[in-house]
Amino acid sequence: MSKKVDQNRRKALHITSGIVGAVTVAGFAVPFLSAWNPSEKAKALGASVEFDLSKLEVGAMAVLEWRRTPIFVVHQTSKALENLPKLDSKVTNPAIEEGITRSENSKYTVLKGVCTHLSCAPKYYPEIEPKAWDQEWLGGFFCPCHGSKFDLAGRVYKGVPAPTNLEVPPHSFDGDVLIVGDSA
Amino acid sequence: MGEQNKSFMNWIDKRFPVTENLERHLTKHPVPKKVNFFYIFGALLMVIFMVQVITGIWLMMFYTNTEEGAFASVEYIMRDVEYGWLMRYMHSTGASAFFFLMYFHMFRGLLYGSYQKPKELVWLFGCFLLFLLMAEGFLGYVLPWGQMSYWAANVILSLFGAIPVIGPDLQVWIQGDYVLSGATLSRFFALHVVVVPLLMIALVVFHIFALHEVGAGNPEGVDIEKHRDENGMPLDGAPFHPYKTFSALPAIGIFFVIFFAIVFFAPEGGGYFLEKPNFEEADFLKTPEHIAPVWYYAPFYSILRAITFGIPFLGITSKFLGFIIFAASIAILFVVPWLDRSKVQSIRYKGIYSKIGMILFAASFITLGYLGTKPVNELRTLIAQISTLFYFLPLLLMPIYTKYEKTLEVPDRL
Ligand code: HEM
Ligand code: FES
Repeated sequence: MSKKVDQNRRKALHITSGIVGAVTVAGFAVPFLSAWNPSEKAKALGASVEFDLSKLEVGAMAVLEWRRTPIFVVHQTSKALENLPKLDSKVTNPAIEEGITRSENSKYTVLKGVCTHLSCAPKYYPEIEPKAWDQEWLGGFFCPCHGSKFDLAGRVYKGVPAPTNLEVPPHSFDGDVLIVGDSA
Repeated sequence: MGEQNKSFMNWIDKRFPVTENLERHLTKHPVPKKVNFFYIFGALLMVIFMVQVITGIWLMMFYTNTEEGAFASVEYIMRDVEYGWLMRYMHSTGASAFFFLMYFHMFRGLLYGSYQKPKELVWLFGCFLLFLLMAEGFLGYVLPWGQMSYWAANVILSLFGAIPVIGPDLQVWIQGDYVLSGATLSRFFALHVVVVPLLMIALVVFHIFALHEVGAGNPEGVDIEKHRDENGMPLDGAPFHPYKTFSALPAIGIFFVIFFAIVFFAPEGGGYFLEKPNFEEADFLKTPEHIAPVWYYAPFYSILRAITFGIPFLGITSKFLGFIIFAASIAILFVVPWLDRSKVQSIRYKGIYSKIGMILFAASFITLGYLGTKPVNELRTLIAQISTLFYFLPLLLMPIYTKYEKTLEVPDRL
């Protein structure tokens, strides 16, 4: 045994063992962190759902369930279709390019019933009458959690906590049948 | 006999230093002779921590951590398990008591400058404990899988979703599903019963070790180490055991009387400890009329809600800004030791600005707490915004006013 310690050799060993150790830890972390991703079962629940629109009266709203999320389907009244463009100036993002109903259909609106603020389920208030939260209410959705307001097409009013319009889920129409989710 | 005992202890001590540590932390550890009411909360926190651990273990023996079984198993504990109701009410009331004690314990720290040099780490470990306790309470509240468990958790989880770019994926990863579901429930269970409590135990040990290294403070801010007797014991100090241990006993007794009065006569705390909607099973298609946090989160929740505006030109939405300010309201507590530049520790000797600051801070905290349990309207939002401002200002301006204000002379002895 020589008494003299080779400092360079020691340093190199420290660095290499440090690197090898870090890589090993990182490698082992992968399976543990990945285990937290949605399982195959959870992914399978993301399949599409169908809904028969002929049962939905004018002015009524149905709630479907897709990926365990409430999906709002609104059968718009002609009054509502008339009023919606008038709100373009009151909403944050009028989303004119999406069309008045924001769906593939000129009568129905399909929305994720999840407030874009903090995920509560907004409530449907289609009446055209003064409300506690808006004296000039033309119908729409009101979120009870922190008071976000959306019009009947799910567009968010200015000056409320929710930042963006209610999301439109992937959907398509096949005659009277609405398909929510990827139809494939 | 005595001789035998001594040689037995000798044998042990050579292998495991029992005597040395007992002396170091109990029988020869000096603590200030004169402290006040505010100094009992640390001991009570230890007591309530034990209550939570023991009742928690028993609840775990009957609780089911699945989406299908959770709610029913809690009803089972309440109705069919002998004294199951007692375990559950002690645990839920214990959670409220834990926070109550924690807030007073921290307020003591703020009042008497207990975080000042060299106790910065004591305070810092304490802040981590606050953070962990908040996480622990949140995770635990999800477990009964009632309506409020579900929807309150939804609100908090979507805060993660508000983080730009990585947010939505992060939220799905935490939830283990596209929505809050059974996958979330079972991982929260593991975190609630194992991970967070273990971390908390470690931090309590750090907290106490750090405190014993630097010595406990007192409401006067007098340094008791300055004057010692011939044995090295500070003149204004007394050994922790038996002085402190025995003087804590009556306080612990009184605490339990109050605690059990609540457990037996008002376990729901008027809807502030256990909320009405939580007596209904979680329904992910129906939000309760009004989502309110349990009282101990209310001040922070109020801050979150008060932020109704974003910074559009930076691309920061009101939701994300709310999250930032909410996080900052807790994070700022961590740096208090470095914000206070005062020459004196205790509020008793600090100047008028410190006193005004402390009153504003406490008043805002209580106002925010009250508002957090109520539905929003315009007036309440405005008051919450003003209170948020006055929560932060006394802390943010601390480096200025504590440096320049006139302080009183601190006495030499307790
Ligand atoms: C599980 C939670 C906690 C436990 C069990 C605990 C326990 C204790 C105990 C037993 C003491 C000594 C007795 C006393 O001064 O009351 C103490 C002192 C102290 N704690 Fe905590 N604590 C906890 C959380 C916190 C938190 C959240 C903070 C602040 C952020 C904090 C800050 C302090 C400070 C600054 C002291 C020193 C006081 C002094 O000597 O002047 N603790 N803690
Ligand atoms: S979750 Fe709808 S307003 Fe906050």
